[in-house]
This record gives sequence, C-alpha cells and structure tokens, in this order.
Amino acid sequence: MRNLNQYCKLTKGFAGLPIACAIAGLMTMSQVFAGDFPTAAVNTTGLAVTDSTVKVGILHSATGTMAISETGSIQAEKLAIAQINELGGILGRKIEVIQEDGASDWPTFAEKSKKLLENDKVAAVFGCWTSASRKAALPVFEKDNGLLFYPTFYEGLEQSKNVFYTGQEATQQILAGLDWIAKEKKAKTYYLIGSDYIWPRTSMKIARKHIEQHLGGKVVGEEYIALGDTQFGSVINKIKLKKPDVIYAAVVGGSNVAWFKQLNAAGLNAKKQTMLTISVTEDEVLGIGGENLEGFYSAMKYFQSLKNVNNDKFVAEFKKAYGEASVIGDVTQAAYLGPWLWKAAVERAGSFDVDKAVVALPGYELTSAPEGYVKVDPNHHLLSKLRIGKWLKNGQAEVVYESGLLQPDPFPKGYQ
Amino acid sequence: MFGYTVEEVGNIMVMQGFSGLSLFSVLLLMALGLAIIFGQMGVINMAHGEFMTVGAYTTVFLSKLAVEYDIVKSYFVFAIIAAFIIAFVLGYLIEYMMIRHLYKRPLDTLLATWGLSLVMQQVFRSTFGAKEVSAELPEWLLGSFQPTEGIDIPINGVFVMALALIVTVSVYLYMFRSRGGLRVRATMQNRVMAGAVGINTKQVDRVTFALGCGIAGVAGAAFTTIASTGPTTGSLYIVDSFMVVVFGGAASLMGTIASAFGIAQAQSILQFFMTSSMGKVATLMTIVIILMMRPEGLFAAKVRK
Repeated sequence: MRNLNQYCKLTKGFAGLPIACAIAGLMTMSQVFAGDFPTAAVNTTGLAVTDSTVKVGILHSATGTMAISETGSIQAEKLAIAQINELGGILGRKIEVIQEDGASDWPTFAEKSKKLLENDKVAAVFGCWTSASRKAALPVFEKDNGLLFYPTFYEGLEQSKNVFYTGQEATQQILAGLDWIAKEKKAKTYYLIGSDYIWPRTSMKIARKHIEQHLGGKVVGEEYIALGDTQFGSVINKIKLKKPDVIYAAVVGGSNVAWFKQLNAAGLNAKKQTMLTISVTEDEVLGIGGENLEGFYSAMKYFQSLKNVNNDKFVAEFKKAYGEASVIGDVTQAAYLGPWLWKAAVERAGSFDVDKAVVALPGYELTSAPEGYVKVDPNHHLLSKLRIGKWLKNGQAEVVYESGLLQPDPFPKGYQ
Repeated sequence: MFGYTVEEVGNIMVMQGFSGLSLFSVLLLMALGLAIIFGQMGVINMAHGEFMTVGAYTTVFLSKLAVEYDIVKSYFVFAIIAAFIIAFVLGYLIEYMMIRHLYKRPLDTLLATWGLSLVMQQVFRSTFGAKEVSAELPEWLLGSFQPTEGIDIPINGVFVMALALIVTVSVYLYMFRSRGGLRVRATMQNRVMAGAVGINTKQVDRVTFALGCGIAGVAGAAFTTIASTGPTTGSLYIVDSFMVVVFGGAASLMGTIASAFGIAQAQSILQFFMTSSMGKVATLMTIVIILMMRPEGLFAAKVRK
C-alpha cells in the first residue's frame, strides 16, 4: 500500500490520475482469494458455486417487441459483470453468465426463471423489464427462493423478499417531478396521457391525487392510448381545446414516437406547450428524434449527461464496449447497479446463500453508482434522487433540477 | 359554447376535419398494397407490415447517407422511389420462392406469410439493431402550416395525403386503364382462360404481388414522417390494413377507398368525443356489426355464384 500511496503522491496534479489511483487502491484492497471462503461454507443451499466460479442468470427479451428496451439492460449487466470479474470476482470466484431470452412473452419469463433456478442453480438473476414479465416470474422466484434484481422504474405496489428493485417506484418518479413543474412553471391545469396498461394507469392515478390534493391544480383531461396506436390527431385537437399548462405523458413503444412527431407537426412544440414525460429516456430519443423533443422535460433518476466521476467512467466504458454511437438511458443505468449490489450483498453476508444475502443488503450504501449515491432501503427499493432533464436537439438532456434523496414508498398511503 | 369561444370551436373543427382526412390517407396508403395482394390475388399476406418496414428502413438508411452528402433537402423523394423499388424486388423474389407454391391453398398463405413476417422482423433486428431509429427529415416536412392564428395544419399530414392521392390514382390507372392491369384482372377472374388467350399468368402473379409489396414500401417510407421505425413497426399496421380491406369488400378497390374513409372519419370523430381507446373500441364494434349484416364488406363484387 505504501508504494501505491507514493505513486499517487508523485502523480498528483495530473487530472484524472487521482481517480486511477483510487481505483487501483480499491482493487488491491478488495483482492480476496477463494481459499479464504471455502465453497462448503459460502454455499449451503446447492447453488452453482465452485471453488473458482459462480453462475448467475441474465433474463431479458433479446427478441420480440421488448428487445427495443431490454437490449440496453443486457449490455449494462454484462458490462458490470465483466468489470467485477476484472476486479477479481466475488469472494474470489469469477462470475459466469447464463443468458436466457424471455422473447417478449410473459409465460416464457416464468419458464426460463424456472430453468435458471432449478436446473442451472444460479445464485442470482438480473432480469425482467416489463411489470408483466416480473409478475409472471415472481411466483417462481418466491417458490424456489431465487434472487432477482429488477431494473425498470415501475408502478410500485409490490415488495418481495426475493426481489431487489434498482429502478424507481412510482412515487419517487412522479411526486418530485410534479412538485417541480408546479413550482417552476406555475402550472395549474394538467392533461394526463398514457398508454393503456398497468404502469401508466397506476402512475396517472398517483399523479392525479397529487395534483388535486397537494398541488391545488386541476386535471383537465385524462387519456389512455391503446398500445401500438399511432394516430394522435383527435387527441391532439382535444389538448388544443383544453389548453393545459402542462401535458403529463407516459406513452410507450411505437406510439411514443408517433405521439411526439405528430404533436410537433400540429404546432405543439416546447415553445407553446410545457410537457413533462416519465417515459422518455435516451433510448427512446433515438427513435423519436431530438428535434421532436427539444425543450420538453423528462423526469428520471439518471441521464447520460450527468456530471460526476462515476458517470464519466461508466459512459466511457459503456461506449468502449458497445460503440461510440450507443446511448445510456435510465433503466440501463439501473440495470448496471444490479450486479454491483449483488456483489455487495454476498460480500457483506460472506455467503452466496440467498437468505443470507437478502438480509445483508438493506442499509448498504453504494457510492460508485453512475447516478451518484444510492442506499438500499429495507423495503428492497433504492433511495435515489429524481432529476428533471430538458431535452436538447442532439438527443441528450440537460439536467435542470435534482431533488434530494427520495425514500422509496411502494405502497403510498393516500394515493391508492 | 361549453365555455369556448365560437372561434376556438371553429378552429378545432377545421383541424379535426383535417385530422380525419389525414387518418383517411394513412389508412388508404396502408391498405392499398394489401388490397391488391389480398383483394385481387387472395393471398393473406401477414407480412404486409414488414414490407412497409422495409420501406421505412430504406428511408432511414438513405437519410443517413443524405446527411453525409448534405442533400437532406431533396433526398426524401428519392427515398420513396428507392423504397418502392427495394420492396418490389423483395416481393418479386418472395413470390418466386414461396407464394407461388401456395396459390391453391389460400389459408396456408396466412401461416406461411406470418412465418415470413417473424423471419423478417428478426432480420431487421439483427441488421439494424433492436432499438428504434429515426430518419433525418428535411426541414420542409417538419412543423405546421398556419393559415390563420389558431389553426395548425401538420405539413407531414399534407404530405401523406398528397402521396396517398398519387399512389391511388396510379394504382387506378394501372389496374383499369393499362394493358398490364387488364392482364391482372383477367388472370384473377379466370386463370385458365387468361392462360388460354396467351397471358403469362405466372409472370402476372409475380408482378402483381411485387407491386403490392412495392406500394407497402412507399407507405412505410411515408410513415417515417409520422410514426416510428423499428423491427416490429410493421405489426402496428397489419391489423388496420386488413380491417380496411376486409371492411371495404376484399375484391374492390373502390371499397378499400370508401372503407378507409368511413373508418377514418368514425374513429377520428369518436376519439374526439370519447376517450381515445373507447373511440377505437366503438369503431371496431361498428365494423363488426356492419360485417355481420354485410359479410362481403361494403362493396361486394357482383359475381355469379
């Protein structure tokens, strides 16, 4: 260690090098050897752990409609695992990935979960994206006592011993964002629009309660679009008639692209209309086009443009692994946290056993997350910040607001 | 009136009228290719949407080139022509390899072309990536045209409308005013007899199928201005396409036009007065009821049974 410190002192003054030193220091300190942790002791439940390896599963849709969204998550999880392996793995064991394809089909997620847990005996699974796929896989994880790290921001109303939720639940994403827009834009009237399924409907329910009861605002319209619908002419005219101060949007998939393109073509751009959306990340911008989003706001916990040491490093390594043109959205970053949190859980527990890892993780503070400091709450969600990003023409967001750390509250009282 | 000024209501009615017409041209463009393939040839082409996606990706690809060579202003016209040619050629090949073996088994075309659509989707995904992409659009296609304060007419809507008109007129001229169209209609009405008078019916099949695919390609290229381009974009359109063709009466081009108009107006008006998803439900219900009364669709072909 002394030599290392000297080296760091010598190189002081060169930007970036102190970081390199810190990383090098971490690497030396966290160098552990499998021999210190005999397999029989760290694995008492028959998981796929050997003296030199441990198996984990990645379960996302690499094919089908959801591949659009889930590809980024797969990439982020693989990147995190590769980085962990470079640092020497977990308890001296290299991580081996078994990747399964959920194929955008919810029963397939359940089936593949069963395969991963019962045949492959993986120690943890990073996966699922839509709530529907998680709900399908959840009974399997609970029955086989597996461990799932779920990356997507979602509607809440769930908490399982076997799942850690690395994205935000609804109140974390919605309340602070609405508070900001009400204060910043003096908004009184809101038009809620979302795709017609559980996440937008639950989110809008929470948003409406918050607007009416806490912000003293008024909801002048609430609209749900059938999934895959691409024609917004009539809806846009209705919005023009109601003239809301703010459009609050949660439209997803192909509809999302059509929504923004047609909104702009109808003359409702950011100069005339304020919009806050909870369903646009850098991934979606690729399809929508920066020129159609310019000036609108997104409420997310992470934006690729965040300025901090962790994120600079993360973005650089992500682009190195997947190409200069690749972008990183909110969920991709949340997926990246999964393997790191699991590593922390296992190391704190000194065991791969799910029961021990699960109790060891709450309370853990992850300081190396690209989004900044996060902490694992006893309810298995993360304490994290909310940011408001204003979209620029180049497809990146400028962060215009950052909240304090938000307590996750998957079962919000007064909002159901 | 309900707390709105007369002028506001007037403006909204103008824009609402336009959005109905705009939806009409979208549906028409979507369904024309299918009207030829399904209506005239009887092939249940489930891969219709994927041929539209081919057109869309062609446009996106060319837009990237256009940005490089700095011709964004004018490339879009070429992109539409290129989309037609590529989808046409692809349709021609697929007819030769797959469809021609299935003419005697129309129901099997459903399964085969559905399989084809899945294969094409995965090819798009492997080639262009799973994420959605967007074409760089020329400035003149963006934004809106404002005849008066308070009225915005989307330019991309006008563009799609003009294109729908051009394509419809071209199809009409080809089918009803040209030798080629005469051969197509002769073959579809009586294949054996058409063959006997010296028409190369196999060639006619191939060109007709390819033509339908080419038109789908044009539609796909045009829709990059109003909607998304991704591997599964085609599946967004397939249901509406079939709905328009079946409701219009499969064998009639006039029926397709009338049906696109009726569905568009009904949906546009209902979605304005109800919520969006309920408007869609009500439209579909109406179609189901009308089809129960008129199983052949709006414009049934008059044939002796």
